[in-house]
Amino acid sequence: MADNKIETGFSSDAKKDPRRVVFVTKKTSAKVLGDRGPQLMTYPHLLLREAIAFEILVIAMVVIALFWDAPLEQLANPLLTPNPAKAPWYFLGLQELLHFFPPFVAGILIPTLVVIALVVIPYFNINVEGEPLWSKHPSRNLRTVLISMVLLLAFLAFFDAWTIILPTAIIASILIFSYTAREKSGSWQATLGAKPLSWWIMTWFIAVSICLTVVGTFFRGPGWSWVWPWRTHVG
Amino acid sequence: MATNVSLLLETLRESKVWKSVFRRGPANSNRTRSMAVFGNLFLHWMPVKVREKSLHVRASYYLGSISFLLFLILFVTGILLMFYYHPAAPNAYRDMKDLQFVVSNGVFLRNLHRLAAHLMVFMVFAHMFHVFYRGGYKPPHEFNWVIGVVLLLVTLFLSYTGYLLPWDQLAFWAVTVGTNIISAMPVIGDKIRFLLLGGHIVGENALLRFYVMHVLILPLVALVLIGIHFWRVQKDGGLTVKSKDSDGR
Repeated sequence: MADNKIETGFSSDAKKDPRRVVFVTKKTSAKVLGDRGPQLMTYPHLLLREAIAFEILVIAMVVIALFWDAPLEQLANPLLTPNPAKAPWYFLGLQELLHFFPPFVAGILIPTLVVIALVVIPYFNINVEGEPLWSKHPSRNLRTVLISMVLLLAFLAFFDAWTIILPTAIIASILIFSYTAREKSGSWQATLGAKPLSWWIMTWFIAVSICLTVVGTFFRGPGWSWVWPWRTHVG
Repeated sequence: MATNVSLLLETLRESKVWKSVFRRGPANSNRTRSMAVFGNLFLHWMPVKVREKSLHVRASYYLGSISFLLFLILFVTGILLMFYYHPAAPNAYRDMKDLQFVVSNGVFLRNLHRLAAHLMVFMVFAHMFHVFYRGGYKPPHEFNWVIGVVLLLVTLFLSYTGYLLPWDQLAFWAVTVGTNIISAMPVIGDKIRFLLLGGHIVGENALLRFYVMHVLILPLVALVLIGIHFWRVQKDGGLTVKSKDSDGR
């Protein structure tokens, strides 16, 4: 192996002949992992950190649990409907959607599509490569983005879904701003301009989810009407 | 005093009994430290070595670990709560009152379980979003991302089935609102709702079904998926390496 030539042949004696043959085809190009940097032993370095995290977590939770009591209302009564009847906080975003869209769309279609969208993220090359949105054909991409945004906002406006319109419009303005800022170098604006499409979609999704959940939790009262949380009302 | 204790510990670790339990002596060399991980049933899915970078707080914020630790807390507090609970109406509600007025530290136990449950839902969401922004779904981690999404759903169902168990107005109407949505599913909606509730309304059958799912089926599914999830992290080569990891992340 002085001239570093790769040889092929048959040998089953691993001790005597430890050479291995690797076939490099177009589809299975050799993967370079690169320098993985310094490594530490799991025991004790990782396990110690986990133990400390666990201790801090337990202490914090015990303190909170001592002072913050879990609510317990009257015995369940099918004849006495509270107004509003609310789901747990993590479903209040969906309940807020129900206010705008028919039950099938808000309760079945949108959650199903969200789960499917999450599952397929790693199986699309555009998400894996993560090219900046404005790196190739910036003006054409901008046109596509603008058209889809206008369509989306028009669709939401048709349903008066303004708690979705608000975060959508905010993210849309930042997205358009990132187009103008894409060529500035070495600033936070350049960082924003280099974000891939998947980043924008996920950020939009999180913004909408947070807005819907917060509104559903704190700002909705009897008949799902708008209330200010600091004003107590008789239910 | 301190030296006496460490001397005692050292003698203990060198003892026959210690070695018979842990299959090794003291973990004072990299070889025995490796054995401490792969020779232990509960740790063997972990890598023996980890990259220093992936130990940095910013690499994970420990969100996945915290989610799992919350799961453990929920497991323990949940089993303790089961000692005081009857999945029947209206006994379930009476048990809540007993926790409040009869059982020592009953309220504290329920507070802890409920707090951990809400926190776990929050942490699992946070974990998913953080993994996304870090690019943790990229090959070879694709399938582990999918398992993670399923685990998110299992966490939501676990929390939601537990929500009914106190059998108070809050529980009853939250579950009524949620399960009414299922009826909106075309053709099979009402059938699935019937299957889930064991009837047309949220009643005693629904309570029993939610209880069985909450304490047996879903934790079992979660445990298996968590096992695969952790094991895959190691098999897929640890936490994701970012191309700009040179800046210290």
